Amino acid sequence: MNLKKKAFELRKDVVEMIYRAKTGHIGGDLSVMEILVDLYYKQMNVSPENFKNPDRDRFVMSKGHSVEALYSVLADRGFFPKEKLETFAQFGSEFIGHPTNKVNGIEMNTGSLGHGLAVGVGMALAAKMDKRPSRVYVVMGDGELAEGSVWEAAMAGSHYKLDNLTAFVDRNHLQISGTTEQVMNQKSQEQRWAAFGWNVISVPGNDLDAIDGAVEIAKRVKDKPTVIVAHTTKGFGVSFIENQVGWHHHVPNDEEYAAALKELDERGAQCE
Amino acid sequence: MNKIANKTIINNVLLEESANDKDIVVLCSDSRGSAGLGPFAKERPDQFVEVGIAEQNLVSIAAGLAVSGKKAFAVSPASFLSTRSMEQAKVDVAYSHTNVKLIGISGGVSYGELGMTHQSANDIATMASIPGMRAYLPSDRFQTEKLMRALLKDTDPAYVRIGRNAVEDVYEEGNVPFEMNKATMIQDGADITIIAAGEMVQGAKAAGEALKEKGISARVLDMYCIKPIDEEAIIKAAKETKMILTVEEHTKFGGLGSMVAQVTAANCPTKVVSLTLPDTPAISGKSPAIFKYYGLDGEGIVKKVCELLG
Ligand SMILES: Cc1ncc(C[n+]2csc(CCOP(=O)(O)OP(=O)(O)O)c2C)c(N)n1
Ligand SMILES: [Mg+2]
Repeated sequence: MNLKKKAFELRKDVVEMIYRAKTGHIGGDLSVMEILVDLYYKQMNVSPENFKNPDRDRFVMSKGHSVEALYSVLADRGFFPKEKLETFAQFGSEFIGHPTNKVNGIEMNTGSLGHGLAVGVGMALAAKMDKRPSRVYVVMGDGELAEGSVWEAAMAGSHYKLDNLTAFVDRNHLQISGTTEQVMNQKSQEQRWAAFGWNVISVPGNDLDAIDGAVEIAKRVKDKPTVIVAHTTKGFGVSFIENQVGWHHHVPNDEEYAAALKELDERGAQCE
Repeated sequence: MNKIANKTIINNVLLEESANDKDIVVLCSDSRGSAGLGPFAKERPDQFVEVGIAEQNLVSIAAGLAVSGKKAFAVSPASFLSTRSMEQAKVDVAYSHTNVKLIGISGGVSYGELGMTHQSANDIATMASIPGMRAYLPSDRFQTEKLMRALLKDTDPAYVRIGRNAVEDVYEEGNVPFEMNKATMIQDGADITIIAAGEMVQGAKAAGEALKEKGISARVLDMYCIKPIDEEAIIKAAKETKMILTVEEHTKFGGLGSMVAQVTAANCPTKVVSLTLPDTPAISGKSPAIFKYYGLDGEGIVKKVCELLG
């Protein structure tokens, strides 16, 4: 399977979902896609068939507002019929604007930032206690790192030597009110994680091969959790959305919708 | 349809008052856009503090500013402010008695499609249960303005919850009866008293009018002051009308209904029935659809009153 192309195809599902529902967090969905594709199509031992198996790998979308990206991946991986995406954000639908475990394939309800890493610590600890092979993956936003709870979890992760825990930071340099540096400076981010005792890998975050390589390294590191700081572009794949703070949760109009799909098609075709 | 949201009024009042009062400081947690405080942040950069996505820090920093002489307004989604920062509200604001006003935006089920993380169906219970913390839910933009001006004059801790979108006016410009910590009677009546707060007041008002046409005389009270609640108005309602129906965008535990029932039980036992959100995550949808689904709109209130009065 051409996974680089797949990432652009799934982005089209995201844009469609948000355009149809007139709500959603498009910027962060588009920036996180390669991370999800690498995990769900290459790295994680998780599928609709083994989703109840305690030995499965675990995923927590701590930046829960990027749920549209997760729904589109889970639909494509067969956790539920793709038509279900049409109910996104409709009255009474279980497909709400943040991950919910009413949807097959989702482990944890998220949406309030700063919870996922701690939950991941708990999952990784449980796997150690039960001597299971499960690996735990958590994706956070960079703005999210201002929550103190993230750093409490970071401390616990290295304290308990959780080498089965891998965190990603979607380092797109943007949040709602501006750049991360304008809102709450987080320069030297890699050093911060290292100081907390984590194995730190920096990669270009929209580069599937680079992400995959980093996850492979993480699997071999002993006695430390790994954080992969994925230097992404918010809105990746749609030029007018890329790096625009206003597109955190802006909804495309008719022309923007058409232009986005066209560009994503072209970008996908270039991966052939 | 009124297009000016309550949050815009808060921005406007703070902007106006801060021109001459340099002690007014507004704090946000990556929430200035949702709070309608973009203009304040832009025009008063020296009186605006951005803390990033860190609601606990937001409230403690506000307390530190307040204890140093500032009038701090910490503004963040009600869901996070009332639960994530509850201990900071308890210890640094209420217990230390600092002049911090906690403004919970997009309250109740304003973020109806975003799930329970973003909803504050329990904020009255959490915030009002803190000794020394007041709790207010203004109903429309005119009352919001009156409340903000009153809060600017005092130095006690308070929590204010507002919704996300503009709501229909309950009052008329230039004719906004308001007394601090006193319920506003919107309509007098003898058969039943409907007590509502926040966005539920417009439904209660509409219901009061609709009931009149059906020959039912309902008293409608706007209990924007959830704490300290207006006991006198409740006791009077219990004595003068047959029963009380409370309406709130909140669960039934520790909200308006609980508080009203406590007052009547102690002073003038009366039947008190409460329309509330359920004890489950609310159904997903836009807030008007959610209100309708749970009978929290004008129609639902009328139906309930008819049922109660037989
Ligand atoms: C505890 C908490 N506070 C505030 C929010 C509101 N919120 C949703 S997304 C967001 C910005 C997130 O920025 P970032 O973590 O950088 O994510 P990304 O850029 O990947 O979208 C905020 C403040 C929230 N969901 N949870
Ligand atoms: Mg970001």
